Amino acid sequence: MTHNIITTRRRLIKGALAGAAVIATPAVLRAQGRRDLSMLTWAGHADPDVIGAFEEAHNVRIRAKEYVGGDQMLAQMAQSPAGTYDVILSDAEYVVQLQQAGFIEPLTPEDYPFDDFFPEFQNFRGHWFDGQPYAVFLRFGFLGLSHNRAAMSEAEARSYRTMWGPQHEGRIGHFDWHLPNLGSLSLLNGNASPFDLDEAHWAKLTETMMSLRPQVRGFYDYGGMLSALRSGEVSAIPGIGDWITGVLARDGADVTTTIPEEGGLQWTESLSIGARSENQDLARTFIQYMLSPEGQVKTATLKAYPAMIPTRAGWARLNDELPGEAQRQNMVLNGPNALDEIRAGRIQLRELPVQQSLETWNDAWTRYKNA
Amino acid sequence: MTSSAFPARTSGRRFHFLFNRAWQALWVLPLPAWLLLFFAVPLGLLVAISFWSVVNYRLTPDATLSAWRYVLGLDFLWASFWRSYGLSMASAVAISLLAFPASYAMAFVAAPRQRLILLGLAIAPFFTSYLVRIYSWQVFLTEGGVISSVIQAFGGKGESLLNTYFALFLGHATLALPVVLIMQTIALANVDRTGISAAANLGARPGAILFRIILPAARPGLTLGLLFAFLLSYAEFVSASYLGGGTFQTLPILVTDLVRAGQQWPRAAVVSLLMIASLLITAFVTVLWAYREKG
Repeated sequence: MTHNIITTRRRLIKGALAGAAVIATPAVLRAQGRRDLSMLTWAGHADPDVIGAFEEAHNVRIRAKEYVGGDQMLAQMAQSPAGTYDVILSDAEYVVQLQQAGFIEPLTPEDYPFDDFFPEFQNFRGHWFDGQPYAVFLRFGFLGLSHNRAAMSEAEARSYRTMWGPQHEGRIGHFDWHLPNLGSLSLLNGNASPFDLDEAHWAKLTETMMSLRPQVRGFYDYGGMLSALRSGEVSAIPGIGDWITGVLARDGADVTTTIPEEGGLQWTESLSIGARSENQDLARTFIQYMLSPEGQVKTATLKAYPAMIPTRAGWARLNDELPGEAQRQNMVLNGPNALDEIRAGRIQLRELPVQQSLETWNDAWTRYKNA
Repeated sequence: MTSSAFPARTSGRRFHFLFNRAWQALWVLPLPAWLLLFFAVPLGLLVAISFWSVVNYRLTPDATLSAWRYVLGLDFLWASFWRSYGLSMASAVAISLLAFPASYAMAFVAAPRQRLILLGLAIAPFFTSYLVRIYSWQVFLTEGGVISSVIQAFGGKGESLLNTYFALFLGHATLALPVVLIMQTIALANVDRTGISAAANLGARPGAILFRIILPAARPGLTLGLLFAFLLSYAEFVSASYLGGGTFQTLPILVTDLVRAGQQWPRAAVVSLLMIASLLITAFVTVLWAYREKG
């Protein structure tokens, strides 16, 4: 009995001493064991709100290099020695290019919760090669017609055609990137696969685009779109979505995104591990964290731009913790939700052009801007 | 004895001479060094890059004309070129005209001490970043912004002024007006006052004094002011994209587009070289005109 008390007391003292030692250890000492994880990513993903808890738990510092656009991301990869980046967040359509250039490592399917994914995201296009995944689907969103409600009603926004209306002359804005713009107009032209166009359909598409030019107010970057849509400087911007209007709506602006009857596009962001990364274990742990319910809710509510998430557990957690946000992003569990839009065939994946080169599409866009 | 003394004296003189030469050279050396470092080498590199190629998003040394062929083959190239050139020339002329009354007042009305204070105030905007100054114009010009609210208060429509030539011009003026003010003031302040007094004493009218005495005498300085306003506006990218909203597609925007889209540095280099060539020609012609002998 006494013996027992003594051992427990000893244990208690020992434990207390050990605990005190850990607490008393200067931060410097703990920092010595800290590892660095480098990440090539779109802006906003290395926000302390998102990665702070992970950094703390794993004693790691995430060093993010931010890029704007897939071309810049590929250029960054091409110009850096292999192993420079441990984690790469890229748009799904660029994963194929990353894989073919040998910039990313194959992943082990068992490491990631693919079973928890909604079926349409499990075997995602362009992510699996010979039965092995090279990227893990992290988040997605829809692109349609984003509009300022005071200038364009939801009823009007039901067709991309409305942008040609005389009341919107000089009031249409553009996100300064060819892919989503041309993709939306391709949907308007009735192309079932908006990025797979033969010569005739491609010519028709550039013609459609050119006819919109007199309506255009300007070409904007992320910040420019936020202020132009909020102020009503432009009444609508095609080919963008909740990643812009969601940010504005959070601040109480009267803007929204409507998916027109001609359909909408889906953007997707995925995580990969950089080829010859020296921190592959840590990179894997990080990707696992981002796919855990906690990480999924964080990425869904990212300050820079919100997004929908592919995991069932993530949806459950979001509905539990932030029912308002789940409602706003159309991710409610019982009742119609965003998945119905995909299942109804209204949403096409944003892709790289199939029959033309990226350069051809780029040139068409530059020509359009300079017209 | 004497024979040994002479060479010593000459060698001393020679040393002195050489030392003087070296001392002079030391002071002259920065000129070619700077020219080489900041002009010749970058320009040479730019020319070289224009013959390189881009393989898998990587800039690769090469000797190909493909970038030149591509850029010169663009059907909108010359439209964009003349748009850039015309817009910045229009801005330069307007800025010069706008600055002239103020410069005139500073040179002829203000006392020297006041002039110093006023010139100091003209330089003050340079203490904030140019980007910040351009962004703050957005607050004034946008829909529901300061200017449109004032116009609406007086019963006007008060539409956004962003993405108009007026907005672009404000951007150019923000950049160039202080420089032009200073150059014009210095040019006018240095006009020989005796000529002006003589004309006035002989009964010349103020208009005649301005056009026949002051303007011809200050011509080099005034022309250089115009040239600087043009140079600054022509190469300007920030207000073209943030105030002009990309509605006015200029060559600097084309340069950034080419780099952003597929890292086409060689093509961007070709456009830059075109811009440099047109700038050099413009500067050469302007300077020639400014310093031409009175006929």
